[in-house]
Amino acid sequence: MTEVQNLILAPVWDHVRTGINFLSGDHACAEGAVYAGCRFFAGYPITPATEIAEHLSERLPELGGQYIQMEDEIASMAAILGASAAGAKSMTATSGPGFSLMMENLGLGYMMEVPTVVVNVQRGGPSTGLPTTVGQQDMMQARFGTHGDFTSIALSPQSPQEAFDLTVHSFNVAERLRTPVLLMMDEVVGHMHERVVIPPPGELPLVGRPKPTVPPEEYRPYRPGPDLVPPMASAGEGYSVLFTGLTHDETGRAVTTYEGQKALVPRLREKILRNREVYERVGLYRTEDATTLVVAYGITARSARRAVDLGRSKGLAVGLFRPITVWPFPAERLTSHRNVARIVVAEVNLGQVSLEVERIAGAYADVVHVGSAGGNVLAPETILEACTSPPEARP
Amino acid sequence: MTANGAIAAAIPPAAPAVAPAGPHPYDHLLRREALPHIWCPGCGIGTALGALVYGFEQAAVPREKRVVVSGIGCSSRVVFYIRTDAYHTTHGRAIPFATGLKLSNPGLNVVVFAGDGDLFAIGGNHFIHAARRNMDLLVVCINNFNYGMTGGQGGPTTPPGALSTTTPYGNAEFPFNLPDLAAAAGATYVARWTTLDVRRLRTTFAEVLGRHGFRFVEVLAPCPVSFGKTNKIGSGAEEMEYYRGLEVLKSRVESKEVAATDIVLGKPIVVGTFVDRARETFRDRYVRVVAKARGAGP
Repeated sequence: MTEVQNLILAPVWDHVRTGINFLSGDHACAEGAVYAGCRFFAGYPITPATEIAEHLSERLPELGGQYIQMEDEIASMAAILGASAAGAKSMTATSGPGFSLMMENLGLGYMMEVPTVVVNVQRGGPSTGLPTTVGQQDMMQARFGTHGDFTSIALSPQSPQEAFDLTVHSFNVAERLRTPVLLMMDEVVGHMHERVVIPPPGELPLVGRPKPTVPPEEYRPYRPGPDLVPPMASAGEGYSVLFTGLTHDETGRAVTTYEGQKALVPRLREKILRNREVYERVGLYRTEDATTLVVAYGITARSARRAVDLGRSKGLAVGLFRPITVWPFPAERLTSHRNVARIVVAEVNLGQVSLEVERIAGAYADVVHVGSAGGNVLAPETILEACTSPPEARP
Repeated sequence: MTANGAIAAAIPPAAPAVAPAGPHPYDHLLRREALPHIWCPGCGIGTALGALVYGFEQAAVPREKRVVVSGIGCSSRVVFYIRTDAYHTTHGRAIPFATGLKLSNPGLNVVVFAGDGDLFAIGGNHFIHAARRNMDLLVVCINNFNYGMTGGQGGPTTPPGALSTTTPYGNAEFPFNLPDLAAAAGATYVARWTTLDVRRLRTTFAEVLGRHGFRFVEVLAPCPVSFGKTNKIGSGAEEMEYYRGLEVLKSRVESKEVAATDIVLGKPIVVGTFVDRARETFRDRYVRVVAKARGAGP
């Protein structure tokens, strides 16, 4: 049998749908993956993320890429790690129930330091919950969902345009820092259709993973560079790499001791925390003189922006702080707003990111959570009310 | 004599120093610095690993194209000793990891090497779906009838009535017949050997490493410290003797006979090539999908 051509690693490039498009957030995310050079998608159908898989099942074969529908989300997560280990930029997309199943191999991705992108179009939970309506209830799962100590990077888009932009950014961050990146969308952003401007190929920078610069006999798959990121050799490049989910030394050999853990796991955290400039993005709106800040991300940031305008029209000094990078939370960017007396954290859950804001700013500001158990977008008036309610009125 | 003196007197004199091992023809194919290995005396996994290394060499697979993916357990530890690109993944997930890896670079020769609990309990769903798709993988299962690394618990291949640390009154469950399962799920090549059949195992690997499609080799292997001891089979050598007494070699098992190859303690063990058939692989079919998507195909 003749050797089949390797299509994924030698893709065609005349593929980007440059120009003004009218896309759902899910389709914009899929087009962002195409733009970023993603040529491997493994997934499993789930509302409200299915459209990402459907769109890529059409687009990737056109580009010589690989779409594969796996038997479940456990397998999907494993497959995208394997694809990345062989050198492909890879992605999966899911929602809450599938995200839960991905936790096991997501941890493998952090431990093995395999770049990949996991999209979660959030719906209401727990369990099967609200398959077709909105939630932002997986934010703490994105931070702490898999077992053990790890530091995740999670981004949240507020529009189809930003779904496109942040998908490209997610791939760049994943490759640059050799880590999985979580794109935390929500059902409304996933399903809403808006204008999406796709730039020409090459206009947005694309980042590849650091590669070895030493011969195979000197290469150590887990010897970090000065930025704490180890260069990554792919399968088939002659480096005889050894990757494991066990605690390991620089060679990849298992060292399951206190010393082995101490040499590895804190570096995995520091690798993320010391490279904030790679991934940290914040959106600010009318915050210069604000004494009240609304903190909101995803679709809720759209309501919060309206709440800010309503508040300003009533003479309230209110502004919007939008953590586009939700994890690690951009704490210094928040605390640089020193005149703030109240922070309203608006999110479609019963209090998740608000816990982190309370920890960061609770000592100097009155931190209020406003949210719901899912199923609706928070109304601007509801958010504004939380900005003006007296402290004692809080539950 | 003091108590300590009595203990000291009871310790046998130190064994004569063993001369450092000389070079071995496979040294460059193993991660020699990782030795000694973790496997127990009498364990069959090393035999199967040696046969796999032999197979890679005989099949003339270029060294940089060799990839071994494993899960969790004693058998999955092979990746720490074989000098190929090697991935030690999560429990049961070696097959989907290997699926992504192979599809991203179809030029690689990818082997999944793991144990019976890994591949057929926690990973059973992945196994049948990879076989259904006819994914280009050679899956090697070390079947030692129990979970060795965690101390000898019963699993999906523990024979009926067999003892283990979690079946102290005898196993109440029916086990999987692995060749039967692989055949039904769509594997294009299925063989079963024991670690007694070293030559046949080597020949099998040498032959099937050069092929495409989903290939499955079950290797029955002694686990003397757990399964062998608990079930009074004895040491590794005695378990090999057990195989020798009960093995029934069939060069080709007819499909209607496959279900009659269940493993029952004390009964004959049918070994041989069970399935050898041609079927389009996932990749063969997907390449046509790509051609169609690009407007070049029918």
